[in-house]
Amino acid sequence: MSARMIADKTVKYILFASAIISIIIVLAIGFFIFRESIEAWSNIGVSEILMKTVWRPGQDQYGILAMIVGSVSVTFGAILLGVPLALGCAIFLAEIAPAGVQAVVRPAVQLLAGIPSVVYGLFGMVILVPLVRKLGVPGNSGYGLMAASIVLAVMILPTIASVAEDAIRAVPENYRHGSLALGATKWQTITKVVLPAGKSGILAGVILGVGRALGETMAMIMVIGNSVIMPQPLSGNPLSFFLSQARTLTGNIAVEINYATGVHESALFATGVVLFGLIMIVNASARWMIRGQKFVEKAN
Amino acid sequence: MNDSKLETIDYSLYYGKYRALKDITIKIPENKVTALIGPSGCGKSTFLRSFNRMNDLIPGVHTEGSVLIDGEDIFKIDPVALRQNVGMVFQKPNPFPKSIFENVAYGPRVTGLKDHHKLEEIVERSLRSAALWNEVKDNLGKPGLDLSGGQQQRLCIARALAVEPTVILMDEPAASLDPIATLKIEDLIHELSANYTIVIVTHNMQQAGRVSDYTAFFYTDETRTGQLVEFSETKTLFTNPRDRRTEDYITGRFG
Amino acid sequence: MIEDRTSEIALIHRAQAQSLKKEQIRQKLWVSLMWFFGLITVAILIMVVGYVLVQGGKAISWDFLSTAPKGGISGEGGISTTVATTFYLVGLTLLVATPLGVGAAVFLIEYAGEQSLSSKFLRSVISVANFAVETLAGIPSIIFGLFGYALFVSTLKFGFSLLSAALAGACLVLPTIIRTTEEALRAVPDDYRRGSLALGATKWQTLYRIVLPAGLPGIITGIILSVGRVISETAIFYVTLGGSYRLPTSIMDGGRTLALHLYYLAMDTRAFDKAMGTGAVLVVMIILINLLIDLVSRKLTAGVRKVR
Repeated sequence: MSARMIADKTVKYILFASAIISIIIVLAIGFFIFRESIEAWSNIGVSEILMKTVWRPGQDQYGILAMIVGSVSVTFGAILLGVPLALGCAIFLAEIAPAGVQAVVRPAVQLLAGIPSVVYGLFGMVILVPLVRKLGVPGNSGYGLMAASIVLAVMILPTIASVAEDAIRAVPENYRHGSLALGATKWQTITKVVLPAGKSGILAGVILGVGRALGETMAMIMVIGNSVIMPQPLSGNPLSFFLSQARTLTGNIAVEINYATGVHESALFATGVVLFGLIMIVNASARWMIRGQKFVEKAN
Repeated sequence: MNDSKLETIDYSLYYGKYRALKDITIKIPENKVTALIGPSGCGKSTFLRSFNRMNDLIPGVHTEGSVLIDGEDIFKIDPVALRQNVGMVFQKPNPFPKSIFENVAYGPRVTGLKDHHKLEEIVERSLRSAALWNEVKDNLGKPGLDLSGGQQQRLCIARALAVEPTVILMDEPAASLDPIATLKIEDLIHELSANYTIVIVTHNMQQAGRVSDYTAFFYTDETRTGQLVEFSETKTLFTNPRDRRTEDYITGRFG
Repeated sequence: MIEDRTSEIALIHRAQAQSLKKEQIRQKLWVSLMWFFGLITVAILIMVVGYVLVQGGKAISWDFLSTAPKGGISGEGGISTTVATTFYLVGLTLLVATPLGVGAAVFLIEYAGEQSLSSKFLRSVISVANFAVETLAGIPSIIFGLFGYALFVSTLKFGFSLLSAALAGACLVLPTIIRTTEEALRAVPDDYRRGSLALGATKWQTLYRIVLPAGLPGIITGIILSVGRVISETAIFYVTLGGSYRLPTSIMDGGRTLALHLYYLAMDTRAFDKAMGTGAVLVVMIILINLLIDLVSRKLTAGVRKVR
């Protein structure tokens, strides 16, 4: 074999090694995080961790239920606020906005996506929290689920909007033409043909948003209050639930990891396992929801 | 020819600076089948799309002259209302990713009909008129995209009929179909012509001869601007064309 | 019979006209709402970016940029060391991630269709690798941080250091580099490859002489995107870099990135003005990076049209 061919073969093996690096990394992540969490699972117990609401490491209490509720609640709030806005933005960009306006709005969405989470957190601390505090409910410090949901909604907006916009654009043009030729208005065409045809892609965007929301850490720590108690309505009005302070699973990890040791540290890794499990459940249910749907042939 | 359903007077269409159609003047008779034939690129489809203002969707298009339906200027009517009266069947069947029932019911739903019984009536009637009812009557819930090409096209015809148009525009409706499916479509066109004004663009001269009562021959030169060269009863145009270019096209000397 | 049909059609047309009016009103309302949503998004951006730039701008001075933070709860000082740390971290992370990511992408795209002895094995490895990349892309930053903490900081005893952070960061940005490189490679016309092979070049020669240069703008886009991510990400580096405000002098030293510094200022001190200043610097960096990506993408599409 000539030198050229030896080089060729060597390169192939090196590249192969690079390709399987990602497999190795995923396995390593799973392995190490799980390994570090075993101490917690075996010493404290799975149900103790998952079902108890008291997190007090100093007294050997490691219940993270309150954090699970915190993460789910703030994600729910972010989806409630963010999805309509993101979907509206996507429809606007894909179907309604003239080219000149698109050239302003789309880069704006992209820029929103790139802003560091701590900047959003800071903005939340300085502007949103005082604003929420103005709602004169006793016990309302401004920090809590509401401010966090708003910040999170803004953060996941660009994620959902760009995927949804792509999905809408991928709907073949002849569906639109067919609808218009039957005497439907443009809006009827959008709601009755385009959106239904693009719904799996739009859903994929929402799932991506949910994943981002569950995984966000620093911005949440900055505005959510980080109290370890189960969030509760502050007054008789059930909506005041969102004025309650809370802590997310991600926040739990970040806030305590730097000084935690032993079982405490292991419990934080266990929190990571729970977080990862939550995200897997969300992805799996999305895939289950999309099953058996006729996929629209993509234009690209 | 007394009652013309559709009419154009000195109608021209431009894509930006490029003139696609030049000074077309024609009277399309009611409840007859009129075929538009001519070599590729001569603007037949563009002309067809003028009648339901689908060209409005293309940026940079502007027109001169007038297009009339029942004597009214179509550019003064709301295009959405116009399209409820002038239906279209496309070259490639484009059923929606919905069930057969929902495809046909789409038009009536969109024009405000909510009564489910009425919708069922209309769906059945339209599918019968499109000669598809017997093949799908037990499977109305199945996706429209599951049907064969010929069936999909008949579904699109049923869909267009469900809106109760008075005119049906067909843009090479059998172009993507096999010969048997094509014949079925041609029979269908013949049946429908009793109650609807049909304008059909076709590349296939034999088809034009089989299916139409009147034929219009379009032609284009190096300028790629389409013009109407001759319009008369189909029999006459094919056996005794007046214009040299028509005769050349029919006898296969070009196109 | 014909008269019945005509009057029936007339009735239907009248009903359609009424419903059409309703639909047009509905359309106007909803389309206006969509306009509102589109413009509100721009308004949110202007609000956030504008506020941070204006308020932060007040804190920025040459002093601010050139002096080190004093640490502690006072929040005094500037951001000089954090800027340096950020650059070091970006450089180190990309040093690790780029060859790995580009190499992986090259293999996944260029060798995917190979007919070789172990073809079936290869095929399943490739699909598992693709799945792994997808999975990595969905893992949150804090989990990468935990992983980095467990493996690099603790087990391998690198401690809180640039090294630990860069290795963890490389895992984080790997999917981005792999995906953008894959896209860039897919966009290179097969004709180029065939032409080269027909002239007797080996596969590897074809890759580094023809394919990779052709895909370079796309690859660069992926790298720039990763730079943006390293600058913006916080949680992962929070648990691998440590919080020292001093200038790292080796890769085993820890430090703070700009984003981390903002976090520490906001949470540990009252110096919100300095935090805003840090935020403003970050935002300007991100805007520049976005513009850079646009520029490269434009070169990308222009290059494809050029005949080589």
